[in-house]
Amino acid sequence: MGNIVLEKVNKCFGDVEVIPSVDLDIKDGEFVVFVGPSGCGKSTLLRLIAGLEDLTGGKIIIDGVDVSDSTPAKRELAMVFQSYALYPHMTVRKNIAFPLKMAGMDQAEIDKKVEAAAKSLNLTDYLERTPGLLSGGQRQRVAIGRAIVRSPSAFLFDEPLSNLDAALRVNMRIEITDLHKELKTTMIYVTHDQVEAMTMADRIVVLQAGDVEQFGSPLDLYNKPVNRFVAGFIGSPKMNFATGKDAEEFNAHEIGFRPEHMTVSTTEGRWKGVVSVAEHLGADTFLHVKTENAGTFVTRSDGELNINYGDTVYVSPNTDKIYRFGADGLSL
Amino acid sequence: MARKVSIGRKVGFTALAWTLGCLMFFPIFWMMLTGFKTEVGAIASPPQFFFTPTLESYKDVIEQSNYMRFVMNSIIIAGGSTLLALVVAIPSAWSMAFSPTKHTKDVLMWMLSTKMMPPVGVLVPLYLMLQYFGLLDTRTGLVIIMMLINLPIIIWMLFTYFKEIPSEILEASRMDGAVLWKEIVYVLLPMALPGIASTLLLNLILAWNESFWTLNLTASNAATLTQFISSFSSPQGLFFAKLSAASTMAIGPIMVLGWFSQKQLVTGLTFGAVK
Repeated sequence: MGNIVLEKVNKCFGDVEVIPSVDLDIKDGEFVVFVGPSGCGKSTLLRLIAGLEDLTGGKIIIDGVDVSDSTPAKRELAMVFQSYALYPHMTVRKNIAFPLKMAGMDQAEIDKKVEAAAKSLNLTDYLERTPGLLSGGQRQRVAIGRAIVRSPSAFLFDEPLSNLDAALRVNMRIEITDLHKELKTTMIYVTHDQVEAMTMADRIVVLQAGDVEQFGSPLDLYNKPVNRFVAGFIGSPKMNFATGKDAEEFNAHEIGFRPEHMTVSTTEGRWKGVVSVAEHLGADTFLHVKTENAGTFVTRSDGELNINYGDTVYVSPNTDKIYRFGADGLSL
Repeated sequence: MARKVSIGRKVGFTALAWTLGCLMFFPIFWMMLTGFKTEVGAIASPPQFFFTPTLESYKDVIEQSNYMRFVMNSIIIAGGSTLLALVVAIPSAWSMAFSPTKHTKDVLMWMLSTKMMPPVGVLVPLYLMLQYFGLLDTRTGLVIIMMLINLPIIIWMLFTYFKEIPSEILEASRMDGAVLWKEIVYVLLPMALPGIASTLLLNLILAWNESFWTLNLTASNAATLTQFISSFSSPQGLFFAKLSAASTMAIGPIMVLGWFSQKQLVTGLTFGAVK
């Protein structure tokens, strides 16, 4: 079981309130990603769930039990840290065995579980090495091994892939997703990388300044953002925005349109502009078009598009894919 | 890019380092040499570099006093006070390094400030307290006093070493189910071992060489090697050869310890200086 409920969770560091009041209901077996800009409180929220920070107010309930005042050990959760946080003086075997040793399990049982975890993570050949002799990916696998070996009620991941290179990150992302499918255990994953969030999550929590802006499935967030912040945060490249007459035309204070929902033409279109940056990625082409009076827009076209820096182009939004926002920033 | 150093500069620096090293070692060398002279030879002018060595002074020193009793007192007082201080300092430094409050820095500065006061300023109250508790001239009394005297430095050193340990590793151990004492024993102490070892060695040396408190608070029962040396500086006159022999015997054990642990000491003392 791994049902985690947060009720009016509040956290202050001295006089600074970092999490005003958060309510969340994370279902058993769900993969939930906390995403948001730096300093939005996503790691603090995770640490509060873990018990590494004390609550200032509110409650945390795991499987129906109020654990607000419990120590991390009593919460039955496992955590994978950004820096891996392996014990440098212990071998891989001892690292993975550590939580079992702390639980007082007998040695034969520990050995069996460690061997099984090492086998599932391709670490069998490295069991007698110390973490200093492993690569970044292997260290991350040891950290995951240490977490899975004790069969916790939920896994907490604090930006676990941010120290890995791009290629390894994609591999580990898939491995963690596979692990979730295999174990069917609740996972809470903190990241600032929205590609990780969109590809891994069952549901995403978008945070800003300690507040939950939206909690929903990746496509819900993409298609139906509740406000301008979520609309701007989810999607890469970011959504374009326009105000003034362009917005009034759609009965809105501000309108938003995604780069992939824009057309680029050399002959006609809504806004005329000059290409200030042209990024040819092969599969896609991103153009940064500086328009005459509506600002700079980013467009996403197919990779064959033969438009370069300095060219004059016309860009138009796909009118049935326009997001409308009121003066308060909420979606209309 | 590494800076290129010319051979001339290398030779110059090496010569300078050796000269400074020799200058610093010379008084100890001269003391050792004097211990093998006769009393007449020890005060000869001009000083004698070449002479027939004799063990006469060593024989006299051993005959006149119970050297082993002083050594045992020094070992018990220096070792006991250092170990006791570590037992107190490790949890203190842990709490200040990993669970600091807004007053932690003030506490650290206050502890350091106690080392700025001249020891003689608290001699009388401490003397009276030890007398009241019947601990004057006892090993127990000296162990407690020496522990308290060196505690600020031990806590400061351990605090510095502990600060270098990523707190995430300790948090990981908490997540893995370690209670506080297991976190300290299984994770913190093995990781801080080089720092703890150098703190232990340095304080052993400081406590071994300490003379103010041992001379003032002991007479015979708990007298250490510093008392042993001073007993050869008598009102009847200075017996340089015997004094030198006694001093060599007093610093011998700690010099041997220092020689074998110099790598550990240097590593520990420069720990964290370069990441």
